[in-house]
Amino acid sequence: MDEQRVVKVHLENISKSFASRKMIFEAVNHVTIDVYKNEFLVLLGPGQCGKTVLLNMVSGLETPTEGKVEFIDSDATDLGFVFQKTAVFPWKTVMENVEMPLELKGVPKAERRERAQYLIDLVGLNGFENSLPKQLSGGMKQRVGIARAYCNNPQVLLMDEPFGALDAQTRYQMEEEILRIWEQEKRTVIFVTNNIEEAVYLADRIIVLSACPATVKEVYDIALPRPRDYVDTEFLRIREAIEANTDLAL
Amino acid sequence: MSDNSKQISTETANSIQIEAKAKRREARQLLLISTVSVLVFLCLWELAVRAGWIDSKYLCAPTMVVETFLQKLTDPKPDGAVLGVHIITSLRLVLVGYLTAVIIGVPLGLIMGYYHTFDKLVSPIFEIVRPIPPIAWIPLSIIWLGVGTTAKAFIIFLAAFVPCVINSYTGVKLTPVVYLNVAKTSGASNWEVFWTVSRNYAMPLAFTGIQVALGNAWSTLVASELLAATAGLGYMIQQGRSLVRPDVIIVGMLTIGVIGAILTTLLSKLENHVVKWRSRA
Repeated sequence: MDEQRVVKVHLENISKSFASRKMIFEAVNHVTIDVYKNEFLVLLGPGQCGKTVLLNMVSGLETPTEGKVEFIDSDATDLGFVFQKTAVFPWKTVMENVEMPLELKGVPKAERRERAQYLIDLVGLNGFENSLPKQLSGGMKQRVGIARAYCNNPQVLLMDEPFGALDAQTRYQMEEEILRIWEQEKRTVIFVTNNIEEAVYLADRIIVLSACPATVKEVYDIALPRPRDYVDTEFLRIREAIEANTDLAL
Repeated sequence: MSDNSKQISTETANSIQIEAKAKRREARQLLLISTVSVLVFLCLWELAVRAGWIDSKYLCAPTMVVETFLQKLTDPKPDGAVLGVHIITSLRLVLVGYLTAVIIGVPLGLIMGYYHTFDKLVSPIFEIVRPIPPIAWIPLSIIWLGVGTTAKAFIIFLAAFVPCVINSYTGVKLTPVVYLNVAKTSGASNWEVFWTVSRNYAMPLAFTGIQVALGNAWSTLVASELLAATAGLGYMIQQGRSLVRPDVIIVGMLTIGVIGAILTTLLSKLENHVVKWRSRA
């Protein structure tokens, strides 16, 4: 594994503050992270700790106050973003949602349909191409979000608590699914969550962030073979070790 | 065991059927109550006029209204035009003012909602104009536009314009940030974010505005036809007043009501078609 570690995204000493009239709010404080090519990196931190802000800076939605984000062999437009479940456009069908990034790029209809169909099949939504989001369950909506993020064929995928709004059962199912999809279509993934169990289940590497402002607190390499078992002794040991070392307000 | 469960299921089926029957019966009873109430009302009205409790120059009997209605279908007397001409004149007037308001108002509201600078440029003027009732524009519009169709359509336009702008504007403003971010991270330009996200998101609320505007436009009709007119439903009931013909007035009023209801229904159908993606909570 180690010799394969090629840096894909480099976050150099990133800080972000928001100024309001009365005070300055510090969201991220001097974070330096290397994200390796095709790894599943999980950023784990308590709610409201600046994880989303950090991810938004990687995607370019926000600019760092200090420091910079570097992409190696690709650029900031070569991204897929999976948001929380509400991020599927209710006025578009499943097919139209998935193909939207290609439509924006001006890819001809036949070509983008073919790509979108492949992804719809990949995420297991075959048969729902023409359904509207109001006809889908939360888990299915999130599958649409994942397919859409893959649509541009990006090298880096950013996921911002994508399963946070799902019920426990669907969440376990989707965690399994995202790994299956990722094994099939390997990409560099940066996955944000506040759920330790989810982090240990998914990650090649976990970076634990402190509460506000976010700083890198601890890095864990998770070498457990997949598929992982939530009640495996080694799994529980790692989980407890992280739990003991974090101040997750859960 | 299986016998038992089968029995339960037929029992359940029976009770569902009984419940459905009870519901249907209740619906029939409610319909009956409504019908009876309308009939009693009409009978009392008829009786009151026939028995001479109410002077016929104040109110005519419902049977008289029906008679006048049938007569007005072909007879231009006493107000100068047959009912069909009144309806077409009014409809044309309302549709001109109303459609202009929708065509200008909705895009204006959408763009005001999305482009901050444009909003700041336009909204001070808009905020001052907004609370002025459309009828208060009548004197100025006579000076500017005379007493012809243009002036009348202008009043109706003003009545319909405001809700179109406000609702479209609010719809855009309420677009969840996450939707905007989806488009941005998919490589959309500022204009593309507006076109693919905000415009669509605002549609249900814009349609609410378009509905309210239709109501406003239609109800401003009578007032705008206070300006010189030779035909139109508003003109018809004005004539009914000067000729002391309550039957003509009532036929005109009912026609205004029925056509307004028809237009609203047609618009709802269009709305359901355009924003069929909306989920009703």
